[in-house]
Amino acid sequence: MDRVILHSDMNSCYASIEILHHPQLRNRPVAVGGDPESRHGIVLAKNPLAKAAGVKTGMALWEARQCCPEIVFVPPHYDQYLRFSRLTREIYADYTDHCEPFGIDEAWLDVTDCVGAGSGRAVAEEIRRRIRQELGVTVSVGVSWNKIYAKFGSDYRKPDAVTCITRDNYRDIVWKAPAEDLLFVGRATKRKLLHYGISTIGELAEADPDFLRATFGKVGQILKVFASGEDATPVAPTGQRAPIKSIGNGTTTPRDLVDREDVRAVVLLLSESVSARLRDNGFRCRTVELSIRDKDLCGFTRQTRLPRPTDITEEIAGAALALFAENYSWQRPVRSLTVRGSILESAALPDQPDLLTDENRRQKREKLDRTLDRIRRQYGYGSIQRGPVLLRPDLAGLDARSENIIHPMGYFQNGNHALTGDGRR
Amino acid sequence: MELCDTPEKQYVEVGAEFTADGSMRPLWIRWTDGRKYEIDRISDCRRAASLRAGGAGLRYTCRIQGQTRFLFYEENYRWFVTKTPD
Repeated sequence: MDRVILHSDMNSCYASIEILHHPQLRNRPVAVGGDPESRHGIVLAKNPLAKAAGVKTGMALWEARQCCPEIVFVPPHYDQYLRFSRLTREIYADYTDHCEPFGIDEAWLDVTDCVGAGSGRAVAEEIRRRIRQELGVTVSVGVSWNKIYAKFGSDYRKPDAVTCITRDNYRDIVWKAPAEDLLFVGRATKRKLLHYGISTIGELAEADPDFLRATFGKVGQILKVFASGEDATPVAPTGQRAPIKSIGNGTTTPRDLVDREDVRAVVLLLSESVSARLRDNGFRCRTVELSIRDKDLCGFTRQTRLPRPTDITEEIAGAALALFAENYSWQRPVRSLTVRGSILESAALPDQPDLLTDENRRQKREKLDRTLDRIRRQYGYGSIQRGPVLLRPDLAGLDARSENIIHPMGYFQNGNHALTGDGRR
Repeated sequence: MELCDTPEKQYVEVGAEFTADGSMRPLWIRWTDGRKYEIDRISDCRRAASLRAGGAGLRYTCRIQGQTRFLFYEENYRWFVTKTPD
């Protein structure tokens, strides 16, 4: 029996969520991006009205204004996007325990077991209706027997629509579409395919496999499988990538560390990255771990419980430095350090202030972290540094964050299994 | 633009009760002028969006002094009421 796979895609995700919260913008062209007060920034997302006026994702805000003088710019609210992403997944979870997210706003669902006597279309229609009623945004859903055609279906008709790609209609719908509508056919592949006279998905499906292999290598074979609807990749079980148990960054330093100030600079860099990634993933940590290896590669790990869960750089760095001072006797220079936050809890939980902490100071530190995030997003990582890091310029070149984490990536890699097998990232 | 009041949406102070089994029930609303309104009855609670007011969350259908009002819990510890029921 064929599988029943849905691909659900939130329509203009960021823009729709902003418009939901600002109903006065509903009938106006809207772009999400940058800081509308400043002249900087790019378009991260746009609604259909802005799209119709020629506004494209990635455009500078001033360019967008040139295409569409009446456009309204709204700054992004990532916390809301994550919230809606979570809420859609809660709805999907009512239908299957195989829900595989593809970015923040898309997911595949294997509903084979829940379809029963009904149809994939009925489940898709119900999900579409519920998301509109319960969340106030829309999705388009594709239904098919494989993930690739399901994804094609969700792009085929939108917004707020369901498209079924069946064994009876795929030649009429999928095969007649241009090759670039297939997942993973980008501009370069499209050009190359056209060069050999292949312009539709159907032509790709029926192309000679030996020729595709010779011309495109292994990718050629994969594309043919995709185009033919023969992709059998399963939908990953729900939560396969979710359980992050700790967030850490480590580095072997450009030179051995010889004194406290060296260690301080590197611990700060690593803690900043851990702190930023905790925020990105909506966590605070209860425990900080520090791993130290000396120049002879002898190493150990120590951990400490924090008085309060945190995602603040200075608190994480402070705990790590205290661990260092208590546990390292400086018999040899230090070769590598790792800072890790563990025992994570959701940052959405209420934070219980205590009697003795200076809450104003704590809030200032939080604000400082967020401001640094923003400055770095806009002007690059090196545009701003903390003092102790600047005092050690030979160590400051390290961008702990982008260099030492592996970004989750697309369909082939399915790297989430390998990367988070032990829950570590 | 932060999450803000719209012509149809008013953020309010709410008193709520948390039961031992983890459910939450709003008991009263304090309106912007300081007046406190007891919620006499909750006839429905479901996830819902209000396009007119501009928001989504857990929607409590509340009976207050003989009138029906929707009270939304936005999950960011904020509550709003819609000024005209959808």
